[in-house]
Amino acid sequence: MSKILSTPLPRRRFVTGAAAGAALLGLSPGSVLARSPQRQPGQVPELRGQRFDLHIAYQSVNITGRDALATVVNNSLPAPTLRWKEGERVHLRVHNHLAADSSIHWHGMILPSNMDGVPGMSFAGIKPGSYYDYTFDVQQSGTYWYHSHSGFQEQTGVYGAIVIDPAEPDPVQADREHVVVLSDWTDQAPEALYARLKKQSHYYNRRERTVGDLWQDLREKGLSATWQDRAMWNRMRMSDSDIADINGLAYTFLVNGHSPDDNWRALFKAGETVRLRIINAAAMTLFDLRIPGLEMTVVAADGQNVEPVTVDEFRIAPAETYDVLVRPSADRAYTLFAQSIDRSGYACATLSPNSEWQAEIPAMDHAPRLHHRDMGMDHSAMAMAGAAHAGHTPNPATPSGDMNHGSMNHGKMDQRDMSRDVDSHAGHGPPAEMDHRHHGMHSQTVPPDAPIAPAGAGSRAVISHPASENNPGVDMQAQMPANGLDDPGIGLREHAQRYGRRVLRYSQLFNLGKTLDRRDPERELAIHLTGNMSRYMWSMDGVMFDDAEPILLRFGERLRIVLINDTMMTHPIHLHGLWSELETGEPLRIPRKHTIIVQPGSKISYLVSADAVGRWAYHCHLSFHMPGMFREVRVIGGAA
Amino acid sequence: MKKVAILLLGSCLGNTALAGGKADPMLGSVIINELERRSDQRESAVDMEAWLGHDIDKLWVKLERSAEAGSTDEAALQLLYSRAIAPFWDLQTGLRRHIDDGDADNALVLGVQGLAPFNVETDAALFVDDDGMVTAEIELGYELRFTQQWILEPEITLIAHSETDRERSLGSGLAEVETALRLFYYPQREWAPYVGLAWHRTLGDQRDFAETAQSEQWLIGIRGWF
Repeated sequence: MSKILSTPLPRRRFVTGAAAGAALLGLSPGSVLARSPQRQPGQVPELRGQRFDLHIAYQSVNITGRDALATVVNNSLPAPTLRWKEGERVHLRVHNHLAADSSIHWHGMILPSNMDGVPGMSFAGIKPGSYYDYTFDVQQSGTYWYHSHSGFQEQTGVYGAIVIDPAEPDPVQADREHVVVLSDWTDQAPEALYARLKKQSHYYNRRERTVGDLWQDLREKGLSATWQDRAMWNRMRMSDSDIADINGLAYTFLVNGHSPDDNWRALFKAGETVRLRIINAAAMTLFDLRIPGLEMTVVAADGQNVEPVTVDEFRIAPAETYDVLVRPSADRAYTLFAQSIDRSGYACATLSPNSEWQAEIPAMDHAPRLHHRDMGMDHSAMAMAGAAHAGHTPNPATPSGDMNHGSMNHGKMDQRDMSRDVDSHAGHGPPAEMDHRHHGMHSQTVPPDAPIAPAGAGSRAVISHPASENNPGVDMQAQMPANGLDDPGIGLREHAQRYGRRVLRYSQLFNLGKTLDRRDPERELAIHLTGNMSRYMWSMDGVMFDDAEPILLRFGERLRIVLINDTMMTHPIHLHGLWSELETGEPLRIPRKHTIIVQPGSKISYLVSADAVGRWAYHCHLSFHMPGMFREVRVIGGAA
Repeated sequence: MKKVAILLLGSCLGNTALAGGKADPMLGSVIINELERRSDQRESAVDMEAWLGHDIDKLWVKLERSAEAGSTDEAALQLLYSRAIAPFWDLQTGLRRHIDDGDADNALVLGVQGLAPFNVETDAALFVDDDGMVTAEIELGYELRFTQQWILEPEITLIAHSETDRERSLGSGLAEVETALRLFYYPQREWAPYVGLAWHRTLGDQRDFAETAQSEQWLIGIRGWF
């Protein structure tokens, strides 16, 4: 095929990801995992200018100690970093040297629909041996990324960073910057992983409940509380340790293509302000990232500048990007540590004034368990669901359930919630988000015929479940969805108490500039994220993409999308071509994102201005959820 | 029948890796629930199934066979169409060929398979044979997880007949109960050796035909899937 195929990427040695996972799970790591001498990890190439030639091809790589086949761009994994300038027109010729159709999607870019790179929607895809010319004006600045939107090619290596310098002086000033691309690598074919999950969805879960856990619960909580807790999960036939579908047992977690043993290095001088452009390009892994010894000031989310907020840790889902500033004053090394959401492994890198230095790699945090709130239900709703399931029918929509809870006295509600949370957290102290959940309850007290809430306030419509959810592909419904806005997420909720760390929440994000479109939404669209854990089926409103009609938006309209997560997984939802303006409560400072995390059993809302005509993809960015949990959003009525 | 089964198994193997980014690829699986040797009279037993299909619709084959000193004692082969009808339940319908001491009969099958609340693995079916005899069979199993690798699995099987058939030595009413306790060790997700104990009891009218009303057996075997 192409001469690009000829040189293999440098050989890399194993692999702290899987090794850490094995140690964590009590397996013997074995001698093959012995650390090899450190080699100096290289930098990802950077391409600048307005014209680019990108070649997608197969490449032999060695990331885990075994040779495997990757799909890469221009011989590089990750793909080269593309450096653009706001206001310029870029021309990208993408050549496909693979044996299958390929594509590149410019993630987060506001551009014409036919340049968006989604096969079957924006264009026909790039045939083997062929190329496609992407041309568009760069209308934004910040940190973005690009990846294949064909098959599972992103999982096998087709992803890279985009950095766009602003036309005006950058409000974020730094002495130095580094691009940090996080990803998850497997030597196995992604199709094989997917097939395995379809056959045994809990295949990678090695933290299933044991008799020992039961015994511990009985001692800590007593018989009654333990019974109530277990009965709920057992009636639902679900596992409270289903945190990640695939984890460190199959994945090695990478920073800029380097395994933890490689330990990618970034340099700084003491006293400098360093900007880190962090991109999660993983197929299936949410990371919790921190740099022990350094606080991070978040200055941009999904490429867009936000009011600086200083934290110790943040969760980054696949497709999200965060820019943070760090100010290392000491002449010492620091570890950038990104542990997977289920604590089965980590990606790491070293920030250091000296390329020989290395800092301690911290131990991973406790592994999270799902709690009742992650099912979007309280005990009474649970019993209801259990009864419905016992009848072998999916839980039908029961608006009366919502109404009952909505009309409850708030004081009483809080008490119920509190006691429940204290129970489930087993003495780790009440979670910080408690009063905000109360805020979420508020919204349900508003009658359904109330006018649509103004921009920034979030939806106050009563949640009801569409009839299309009643099918074998949907195993749960959030009858009382929690407020997902102020929730740092599973495993991070007790961090302040447990570890003394400040964790970023969406409710802390405020746009640096004023909201551009100040209109209130004219209508609301409620979309349920649905699935069946044990059948490993994923859908929206209970309908898989193949069977779904497009979502139609009128050109120029301003609407609110409310996402309700009727599953126990965390889904990052990505809308192409249009901004997702997250409603964090401040109408004049609405942050613009392209990917929104929806917490399990929770709801969250954002505003969309339908200002770009065309066919846009709208989907969960977890690669193995995406085939089913996907919609076409079609903006119609305006001039193309 | 045997050839059909082999053919089906073969096509499963060829189709295991067709996912290719599609939400609902055609997949197949072969599951050996039990492949075991029993302590009595050099007896062995096989319980396996295989399926081919999509999320909702599958073709399903189930095979059970017990043999004594190498020759088939009793065997049942089912060829079923399986359809997901609820989040945790599949409705299965098709044909069963049953061979007992050389006598063969065919039956229509209507069953449900799935996970009952409290995670009880359930396989229940009605068999209606040529003579109008109805046999009901229900199998319930539960995984008691000591560790991620060590799993104890109690299982109970109940068999009942609608009438008495002297020629085939079948007695009406609840006829047989078998309970088994198997301790599995999973070095990997795909397979596990086990040891166990089975306790079989003949009940009601069926006792008239049984040599012994009750028997206990030690088991040693292996389970696996791909």
